Amino acid sequence: MEMKPLTRVLLGLVCLLVAIWLVAPTLVVVPMSFNENKSLAFPPQGFSWQWYENFATNPDWSNSFLNSLKVASIVAVLATVLGTLAAFGLDRMKARPANLLRMLMLTPMVVPGVVLAIGIYAVYLDTQLVGTLLGFVLAHTILALPFVLIAVSASLEVFDRRLETAAASLGAGALTTFRTVTLPLIAPGVASGMLFAFATSFDEIVVSLFITNPYLKTLPVQIFASITRDADPTVAAVGTILLFATTILIGGGMLLLGRERKGRQ
Amino acid sequence: MNPVQASKGAAIDLESISKAYGGFKALDGVSLRIEPGEFMTLLGPSGSGKTTTLNVIAGFTDVTSGKLLVGEKSVVGVPAHKRNIGVVFQHYALFPHMSVGRNVAYPLTLRGIDQATRQARVARALDMVKMGDFAHRYPSELSGGQQQRVALARAIVFDPPLLLMDEPLGALDKKLREWLQLEIKRIHRELGTTFVYVTHDQEEALVLSDRIAVFNRGRIEQVGTGRQLYDEPATLFVGRFIGDSTVLRGQARSDGNSTALSIAGETVTAPRRLAGEASPVMLLRPEKLSLCRPGQNAANGANRLSGTIAEAIYLGSESKYEVKLADGSGAIVRSALTGESFGLGDKVELCFDGTDAKLLADDSTADTTLT
Repeated sequence: MEMKPLTRVLLGLVCLLVAIWLVAPTLVVVPMSFNENKSLAFPPQGFSWQWYENFATNPDWSNSFLNSLKVASIVAVLATVLGTLAAFGLDRMKARPANLLRMLMLTPMVVPGVVLAIGIYAVYLDTQLVGTLLGFVLAHTILALPFVLIAVSASLEVFDRRLETAAASLGAGALTTFRTVTLPLIAPGVASGMLFAFATSFDEIVVSLFITNPYLKTLPVQIFASITRDADPTVAAVGTILLFATTILIGGGMLLLGRERKGRQ
Repeated sequence: MNPVQASKGAAIDLESISKAYGGFKALDGVSLRIEPGEFMTLLGPSGSGKTTTLNVIAGFTDVTSGKLLVGEKSVVGVPAHKRNIGVVFQHYALFPHMSVGRNVAYPLTLRGIDQATRQARVARALDMVKMGDFAHRYPSELSGGQQQRVALARAIVFDPPLLLMDEPLGALDKKLREWLQLEIKRIHRELGTTFVYVTHDQEEALVLSDRIAVFNRGRIEQVGTGRQLYDEPATLFVGRFIGDSTVLRGQARSDGNSTALSIAGETVTAPRRLAGEASPVMLLRPEKLSLCRPGQNAANGANRLSGTIAEAIYLGSESKYEVKLADGSGAIVRSALTGESFGLGDKVELCFDGTDAKLLADDSTADTTLT
């Protein structure tokens, strides 16, 4: 349908405004990270790399970053394995009990984080899991599981199960069929589920604030502590690093996926 | 291949196989013996049980009762992946994430065959279906006919003694279908494997098969060669399903060794009787019927029925007429172009020899399941 020139200009303008509104808070962080003074003022004054140096050398920052990386990696693997198995099982179940179970497994997405956090904290106090790697991994896996379940279920929805029948006729048992046919074909869903799981854990703050202690802090906890204690621009430096890291990761992933799809068609 | 391989197919025995889904009987006591190396077609309308039978042989569906032997050994309870049976599906079912070569190599990899042998056998199978140049392509880059040929190569590459095909040409257009039918026939001859082929297309069944099993409502109505089914149908359903036919129904009267049908005031007779109590109908093939103008002497037959031409179709080598009879039923006649031609609405007489009429028991369900 042809649009009138005026409509087109107005539409473009509105889109631009919304885009700026969405991206501006993120982009403001970048110049702030190069501030010369120890303040989070905007616009920043001068130029320096000192907050990046601080991030790399100050053990409070570097340790919490490594902790987050460690927790998020384990959570990503654990949640992906469990979520994929759950999605596969639910896909093969009768519709009614499957829907019930699915709803149950998705509750961590709906329940307010604070409620979950209090519950987890209460249990962790008794079991001495506060401030432990295992504690973080268990708590974050609960939160990450629904994302994997949703992503893999969507892939299974479009997967042609008749291919499994074909594999059986060619001599493949159930496990071999899953490994050689089903899994490769739902891999995009599994991969995006894993990415979401990693991001969920890496980003998580509410539950983490409850179950942290001085010996084990994750990056969001450290950021929160830093910003409430003093206006340290290291926060802006961390934000900038994360912004570029995620952009490269997701952008690269999309490019790879697009190229693979093109190659096949 | 060489003639020594001509007997390497497996025999199949189905003995009173039944399969029920709740109250619905998908298969109701099916018994069938398929000889080694035979090309057997399971023919029938949709829902008649032919595909269920194929799935039972393949191991995709359990039986409720009955015995199933492949190569003289019972396979009841043996899972599909241990039966060593090749299957070709209507929807091709090629693995989209593997190249053509890897698709065909898949069953060999599972059997732990070394790479050199594997490559040789993949190449041979692809050559056999004339897809040798496509090993590096992906299924999505191939046409439907090419995909089905690859699927066929994948199903025969591991030398199964039995190949099952479930409407493999159903999704293809007519020209391609006819060409692939001949290809399948050639491959069957070269391999000597037992082929079981499911279709609802009676012409396809006639082109391909050594024998045909006609399915209706979960039962086999008749098993025989195409000629047997066409010339000597055992039931009205078979007679109507195979080829064109005209069915005459009327007030029946049997005496001595002949049967007379009175149809809207006219009477036709056949010099035979139907055993049993069922009311008889006459089934006539189009080439056994002839048309003439009212009052003219007919070329053959003592039986005459008056009617009107309802449809005249020119088929090149011959003409096909649909005649509406006095009782409202229709008749199909084929006649060579050398004879007299008729136009729409012409009053005609339908003539036939009583010995050409097949007497069959009336079966009202034959009409409902055909449409």
